[in-house]
Amino acid sequence: MIAIQRTWWQKLSFVDLFLWAFRIAVIVVVIWGTVGTLTAGKYQREHWIFFIVFGLAQGGIYALIALGYTMVYGILRMINFAHGEVFMSGAYTAYFAAAALNNSGYLNRHPFISFLTLLAVAMSVSTGVAVLLERIAYRPLRHAPRLVPLITAIGASFFLQYTFRGLYGTGFKAYPEFEVLKGDWIVFGVPVLRTQVLVLVASVLMMVGLYAFVMRTKIGTAMRAVSEDMDAAALMGVNVDRVIAITFAVGGAMAGAAGILYAMVFKQVHFFMGFVPGIKAFTSAVLGGIGNIPGAMLGGMFLGLIESVGPALILDGLGIVAPYQLKDVIAFTMLVMVLIFRPSGILGERLAVKKA
Amino acid sequence: MRRSNFLKIFIALLFVTVGSYLVPIAPAATVGPVTDPIGVVKIGKGEPIVIAWWFVVEGPDASLGIDTKRGVEIAVDDVGGKLLGHPIKLIGENSGCNAEGGVTAATKIAANKQVVAAIGSNCSSEAVPGAPILWKAGIPTVSPSNTAPILTDPKRGPGYDGYLRTAHNDKVQGRVAAEFARKILKANKAATIHDGSPYAEQLAAVFAENFEKLGGKIVAREAISPTDTDMRPVLTRISLGVPDIIYYPIFIAAGGHVTRQAKEIGGLKNTALMGADGMFSPDFLRAAGPAALGMYHTSPDLSPEALGPRYVEFLKKHEKKYGEKPLAPFHAHAYDAAMMIFEAIKKVAKTDAAGNLYIGRKALRDALYATKNFKGLTGTLTCNQWGDCADPKIAVYQVVNTDPKTWNPGVNPKKIWTPYVKR
Repeated sequence: MIAIQRTWWQKLSFVDLFLWAFRIAVIVVVIWGTVGTLTAGKYQREHWIFFIVFGLAQGGIYALIALGYTMVYGILRMINFAHGEVFMSGAYTAYFAAAALNNSGYLNRHPFISFLTLLAVAMSVSTGVAVLLERIAYRPLRHAPRLVPLITAIGASFFLQYTFRGLYGTGFKAYPEFEVLKGDWIVFGVPVLRTQVLVLVASVLMMVGLYAFVMRTKIGTAMRAVSEDMDAAALMGVNVDRVIAITFAVGGAMAGAAGILYAMVFKQVHFFMGFVPGIKAFTSAVLGGIGNIPGAMLGGMFLGLIESVGPALILDGLGIVAPYQLKDVIAFTMLVMVLIFRPSGILGERLAVKKA
Repeated sequence: MRRSNFLKIFIALLFVTVGSYLVPIAPAATVGPVTDPIGVVKIGKGEPIVIAWWFVVEGPDASLGIDTKRGVEIAVDDVGGKLLGHPIKLIGENSGCNAEGGVTAATKIAANKQVVAAIGSNCSSEAVPGAPILWKAGIPTVSPSNTAPILTDPKRGPGYDGYLRTAHNDKVQGRVAAEFARKILKANKAATIHDGSPYAEQLAAVFAENFEKLGGKIVAREAISPTDTDMRPVLTRISLGVPDIIYYPIFIAAGGHVTRQAKEIGGLKNTALMGADGMFSPDFLRAAGPAALGMYHTSPDLSPEALGPRYVEFLKKHEKKYGEKPLAPFHAHAYDAAMMIFEAIKKVAKTDAAGNLYIGRKALRDALYATKNFKGLTGTLTCNQWGDCADPKIAVYQVVNTDPKTWNPGVNPKKIWTPYVKR
């Protein structure tokens, strides 16, 4: 055997070259657009702050849903594609509670208690749906090949969508207005919509709570143990079935909370509403590094921000008319870029070899 | 024994399915007393004449489809459910208000060789890919609510030769909206939003063109996608140009989000909002909530003063049959579409001695296009060579009460401008 000496450029394959060209092209476009927008000076400082706040509020909702994806993936290595429907079922069911509270006038007399009631309804319904889903659709298939639970998840997603469609029809329902949440508050000299303050505060509280739950409690430790090595955890006396059920329950509760926050901001609920946020949240989870809890939070916030700021910041400078039509293009290009640069996501651990 | 039976049935089925693809679709044919270059539908004695509708009867825009479907049903009732001694049978497909739904519905209808004519679709996005599929199968379709100019444009292509509509062309609606904004509201700066559908995109463009022609300035031409929910960034962008009016001729779900969120943007507090007929429905009030108050809409004028006593009678039948007021503005257009088709069938159908009915497909299409001075509910319809048959009367309405139960076009939303009334 004769070792052939190759210089670095001979080692470059066509694919490598293409990927490098792609990276450079995207970076050039992004810088070009950004510089173009900023030098045009069309937007004032306050507009940028608005874009950032809108993005963070949307991102908080994505992040809460993404937590469910990432926790289930962390433990079972499966993508629960029905998670968007878990989100929908909570928001949809709580609508009926909201309508009842509104009709009796209680909603605006005691808005805080009403909000907590709605939150409780949505979270318990979503938790129930998620746990049942695990028990009925996923547990029997836990040792089946990996594709099987994935397909089941898609089936479960359709089942839930069309169950709600059958129960409540194809039209949409609109949440009543909370009088206290109308208008805006001045935060650091900037008017911020009250609903968005609520969403930001609530989602951050939820995420901090969840992080503490996973890192500080006994159950949380058991969850981490199962996610590291299910068999070893079982040998150490951890009840794996129970831990998995709790993981689904916690993910469901987060989705239910996200459902109420979504309803506070957007008001409309219908049977298909879980699809788009579900896909976006899944994207967030992958962006942040799927299986990683802080990663899902970061990924959600990042995706929300890029959807809100990106079109104005990047596309406007390129002279593209109506840039907001292309916000999904930006979001998914970001996903592709992150996957090229860091295949395990922003905060993803490099565990691919060991677990996948 | 059993097994061989099963096999026989299976093979027979295979032949039928494969065969139906191999047989060329309706070649120039002579059947019974009728010769037609495209094909002939034979309807046996006592068998029904099949008319298909393709409307959006499910989902957020279901009010539009159900409304038009009811118009067609009342038309069938009005001719006694019978035509030339044959019963009329209505079949239908949900078309979903998007291109995919339009293709699916049209393909299903086109597969049924007994379908004589179709009524639909509702959304222009369905008709753009769907109408050519139907015409390839020789089925003409009359739409009660497609309004995108491209569908009856001279450059539309031969695929649309079987397409007609009783709805107005948005060249009219966009002009009325622009005139109202410019002359009545005295708006100098306007912004438009569309959702990428042919209807919204073209209507927004017609509005912008006319608004500029009248001396106004378009400060933003934005677009969203129909599934978007967060409109605040795009509205913030629009607020940079400080428009006096935003015209967003989109559909109910996204239109509701725009309406609610526009009120939350600081720079748009004094901006008038204006939508079009695509969201002229009580469902829109549900979607937009209290924010809809004071908002303007362009929509066909369906008042008894504009349409005459026959329409009042129609409303009575509607109320009796369905127990409520019409849900959207195109039931009368649907009624006219159905009546136009019945009229054309009467003109071209031939009966043989055995009582069989024969309808030439090309002849039916030509008879529809030849419709002239047809007294419909929506006015006197005359079809031009591109299938525009409407007698358009577009009025401007303003929402005065946001409770969906008070929906009563003319009163709420209140009719505030009727440019077609000659003074």
